[in-house]
Amino acid sequence: MVSQQIVIVNTGCANISSVKFAVKRLGLPVTVSDDLAVIQKADKVFLPGVGSANAAMASIEKKQLVSCIQCLTQPVLGICLGMQLMVEKSEESLSDSTHCLGLIPGEVKRLQVGDLRLPHMGWNTVIPVADAPLFKGIDAGSYFYFVHSFAVAVSEFTMASCQYGMEFSAGIHKDNFFGVQFHPERSSDAGAHLLKNFIDL
Amino acid sequence: MLARRIIPCLDVKDGKVVKGVKFRNHEIIGDIVPLAQQYAEQGADELVFYDITASSDQRVVDKSWVTRIAQVIDIPFCVAGGIKTVEEAGKILEMGADKISVNSPALADPELITRLHDTFGQQCVVIGIDSFFNEETGKYQVHQYTGDETRTQVTTWETADWVKEVQQRGAGEIVLNCMNQDGVRQGYDIEQLAAIRKNCLVPLIASGGAGESVHFKNVFEQADVDGALAASVFHKGIIPIPVLKAYLRQQNIAIRD
Repeated sequence: MVSQQIVIVNTGCANISSVKFAVKRLGLPVTVSDDLAVIQKADKVFLPGVGSANAAMASIEKKQLVSCIQCLTQPVLGICLGMQLMVEKSEESLSDSTHCLGLIPGEVKRLQVGDLRLPHMGWNTVIPVADAPLFKGIDAGSYFYFVHSFAVAVSEFTMASCQYGMEFSAGIHKDNFFGVQFHPERSSDAGAHLLKNFIDL
Repeated sequence: MLARRIIPCLDVKDGKVVKGVKFRNHEIIGDIVPLAQQYAEQGADELVFYDITASSDQRVVDKSWVTRIAQVIDIPFCVAGGIKTVEEAGKILEMGADKISVNSPALADPELITRLHDTFGQQCVVIGIDSFFNEETGKYQVHQYTGDETRTQVTTWETADWVKEVQQRGAGEIVLNCMNQDGVRQGYDIEQLAAIRKNCLVPLIASGGAGESVHFKNVFEQADVDGALAASVFHKGIIPIPVLKAYLRQQNIAIRD
């Protein structure tokens, strides 16, 4: 635990600082890097992201990090757009669907919420599946902070779900890859607890 | 269920939190970081820091406090005031702010909203609107440069039209500050907010007029706003946030515990 190397992949997106500060608040050192060797050696990897899937994938491709991320075997946590980048493709781009990292089966689609407002912005309740390791010790129905208009549907890879006009994946998990649609770094005590659970894996 | 948000607004002038009555006579309330931390611990759902000097003085003020807040706060926060370019917005987001709010510069250059949207995504872009009810014309009009009363001016925009315009350009959230109510604690402008709500498809935050807990209940129930922003009632301890949230939960309003 003490000697863990925690690395945040520098995706070129804007919420890197807040993820970094959240890890530091847990009393742990953390490095922000886009260096392949540093990312590969890490014990835990964060994949943050805000903005559009298209721009984020372009940034990751430009930094030649796609295969590096795909080959990671240590626990990886994608946050918000970072989670969306973990699935196969995203419908977010207006012209064409964006190919994502393909770490977890699924695709990103616009939320269908009827008369409700988009973006889905604010604190909403999250229901984890049974024994989800990242939600250990966190009550079902705890509030987490969301900001998004696109989401991944519920599937066998869903580790937590949320309701906003429809049910969608608040978190997904396959093998060593974990993703959360909400912002744990901005979700008060519940978010800090989830980050600690990830680091303690 | 998505909770309604309680949002303390900290008006910032020269690095201190201030509050005036009807936008005037600003008095110092305290230092930014400890106040922000205190509100987060009390259960605020989000914080807005509104640098009220920046737009009016035609300068970008020292924003190093954004990083200091991001280091200690574990709830979302938005920074407003004097953001005139994509570069300035980018710096604030890099420092750790979750959203940036643009008011007067968007009126001067509406295309700025489009550029912010295209660069950072809709979720980062909040548009603040200062709306004043003109009794002579019977219309709600958008005002500009309200941080400095010597430069405050009426724009040609009627509020409803500007609300429509900013959504088309990619605003992710609108904070509607009802100037007639600001700082006088007589309740939110339910009538105006309910009317704007009908044509606002993004989250809408009510601002101006909170004085009692029942004002929050009314604005959530009658104007269906997503969040309610207030300053003086929180800064002066008139309504402690835990008391307000307990009251609203009793009234069956969805509130984060």
